[in-house]
Amino acid sequence: MRHTISILLENEAGALSRVAGLFSARGYNIESLTVAPTEDPSASRMTLVTRGPDEVIEQITKQLNKLVDVIKLNDLTEGAHIERELMLVKIQVSTAKEREEIKHLVEIFRGKIIDVGDTNYTVEMTGTGDKLDAFIKSIESAQILEVVRSGVLGIARGSKSLQV
Amino acid sequence: MANKEMLGADILVNALAAENVEYLFGYPGGVVLHIYDAIFKQDKIEHILVRHEQAAVHAADGYARSTGKPGVALVTSGPGATNTITGIATAYMDSIPMVIITGQVHSTLIGNDAFQEVDAVGISRPCVKHNFLVKDVKKLASTIKKAFYIATTGRPGPVLIDVPKDVTTEMAVFEYPETIEMRSYNPVVTVNSEQIRQAIELILSAKRPVIYSGGGVILGNGVKELIEFTRLLSFPITQTMMGLGAYPATDSQSLGMLGMHGTYEANMAMHGCDVLIAIGARFDDRVTGELEKFCPQAKVIHLDIDPASISKNVKVDIPLLGTVPEVLQELINGLNASGRQASSKDLTEWWGQIDTWRSTDCLRYNRKSDLIKPQYVIEKLYEVTKGEAFIASDVGQHQMFAAQFYKFDKPRRWLSSGGLGTMGFGLPAAMGAQFAHPNESVVCITGEASIQMCIQELSTCKQFDLPIKIIMLNNGFLGMVRQWQEMFYGKRYSQSYVKALPDFVKLAESYGHVGMRIEKPSDVVGALKEGFAIKDRLVFMDFVIDPTENVYPMVAAGKGHNEMVLSPEMESA
Ligand SMILES: Cc1ncc(C[n+]2csc(CCOP(=O)(O)OP(=O)(O)O)c2C)c(N)n1
Repeated sequence: MRHTISILLENEAGALSRVAGLFSARGYNIESLTVAPTEDPSASRMTLVTRGPDEVIEQITKQLNKLVDVIKLNDLTEGAHIERELMLVKIQVSTAKEREEIKHLVEIFRGKIIDVGDTNYTVEMTGTGDKLDAFIKSIESAQILEVVRSGVLGIARGSKSLQV
Repeated sequence: MANKEMLGADILVNALAAENVEYLFGYPGGVVLHIYDAIFKQDKIEHILVRHEQAAVHAADGYARSTGKPGVALVTSGPGATNTITGIATAYMDSIPMVIITGQVHSTLIGNDAFQEVDAVGISRPCVKHNFLVKDVKKLASTIKKAFYIATTGRPGPVLIDVPKDVTTEMAVFEYPETIEMRSYNPVVTVNSEQIRQAIELILSAKRPVIYSGGGVILGNGVKELIEFTRLLSFPITQTMMGLGAYPATDSQSLGMLGMHGTYEANMAMHGCDVLIAIGARFDDRVTGELEKFCPQAKVIHLDIDPASISKNVKVDIPLLGTVPEVLQELINGLNASGRQASSKDLTEWWGQIDTWRSTDCLRYNRKSDLIKPQYVIEKLYEVTKGEAFIASDVGQHQMFAAQFYKFDKPRRWLSSGGLGTMGFGLPAAMGAQFAHPNESVVCITGEASIQMCIQELSTCKQFDLPIKIIMLNNGFLGMVRQWQEMFYGKRYSQSYVKALPDFVKLAESYGHVGMRIEKPSDVVGALKEGFAIKDRLVFMDFVIDPTENVYPMVAAGKGHNEMVLSPEMESA
């Protein structure tokens, strides 16, 4: 099953490679990983998406917890939570018809056109991975010049929070 | 001196002294020269100059295994650091508390491919419990404090500190923290009383119980509690290779070692048990055999300090997270308070079955051979040293014979690389143990291949007058490799014959030690007595043994505990 794990870790040089190294050394897969400092600059917040049977996920969380740089973690999949991803897409729009079509699609998906070139648009969109996938699918693949995705960010619903 | 500034190098040495480090095993080089200068100017810590950095780490390891205190090694950057990796990985696999200090190039040069630069933190990352690169001399003392704290608490392990040269040459005030707190590392666990209750119920309901204990009992200082717990229940106990000595091998409740070369009775009891109580053991593949066939009827209780060990390889029914002594004490208290006992009728029946298995005498070997049998040497070694010696081993058949035939009644006497299986470990580990226990017999049991992986340490032994006794079981082969080739590769002995062996007697003598060669079974006891009578010198005993001897019994790869191969000796008998 797919699991989204939130990790609070020391913002130390090497902390990220400890996490990445753990996954490669033990043969776990990483579907996506995002990391940035939090409101407390000494801590980083990481969202990691992985996939595996329950026993493997259990090992992953235990092994992550064992890393000395990991302060706390939470498997978001165990409760109600929100996931968001940011995507930037550069799309070829050579004709007026194509421009209209893309503008329309972006509206439907509630994205934004954030840059306009002679023959291209750059679209910004946030949402769940599924939504971003659906948007990509709805465009002619020949028109897509570039896709940049942030990877998943996750947070638990309600009052539950992961704090130092 | 409280507020006086001093060099980073002096801070480092003072911090080690504050950690009560007695011995620093090391080897100098460019970037650590300030540290070596600081060592020169003090007399609290004795530096032991080894002949290869791998040996520095193994020696620190042997010191740690034999004392329970953290071992400490110091090496230079680049090749000094890379040479430590085998030693660090060895310690990591066996959870040995250790602090390794590597020098690093000047911090402004890091990343420039400077002379003798290597990313020590990166290279060691997968085989340390944690590591640090110190970038500021003001953080040096607190980093050392953290390193010792991490290395020795929770599930112990090696911690590496990489110290750039400029950190040792800059000045700071030396203040060594009394205690340390880390928000991301808290090794203290509270015992879960509900799980204790459940475990007690299961234990009391057992009809065919087995206690399976490992190295964690020794590392966690839970020997006293393990003995009390086992005796209280009258249950059979088997120990992993790493756990040998925690429960006395000569006690009637001991079934000996389990696993690939464990005893028949231990493995059969594992296979037949209905309740398995695992204590400080990690269900290693050399112990479990084929997982599908592992303890098919058993409910499993697992006591461990490391949550990641629980249900890693084998699904556990009742986890008991905590230190071995604390959790066992809770179990003992609970059992005593309950006033109940496991059914003595069932237990008597179970012991009856175990005694039948025992009667196969699975460690039997040919005592009438004209050639020296390795088992015989270890048996006699056990007798001559009255079972009291510290035994460091290398890796191979000799290691298994030592584990099978030297009956350890006390912990911390058996020093062997279990997890990594590192040839070359034995001699330097024996050195570490001999430094820690100058008045005790320290033995290195080795093979003619393993000993050559750290043979240069004979020089260290001479320099420091270490009276180690080397028992070399010389079969002229990479014996364990040859055994597998005989059994599983149609006797195609690819690269397992060791040609061009040195004359070990002369070799020992050239280093200034005593060398002996023993070729006849009838000379074994006399030679051992003679060798051990020499109290003040290293004696290198080269026992020329039967080159065809194999280690039995054996659970082959992919087999279950009940599918042991017994020695041909027994099948014909
Ligand atoms: C550093 C290292 N290299 C290779 C091996 C694989 N290996 C395991 S046992 C063995 C043979 C050891 O021979 P020897 O030391 O003579 O002991 P014997 O098995 O003959 O008793 C080898 C090569 C190892 N364990 N460690």
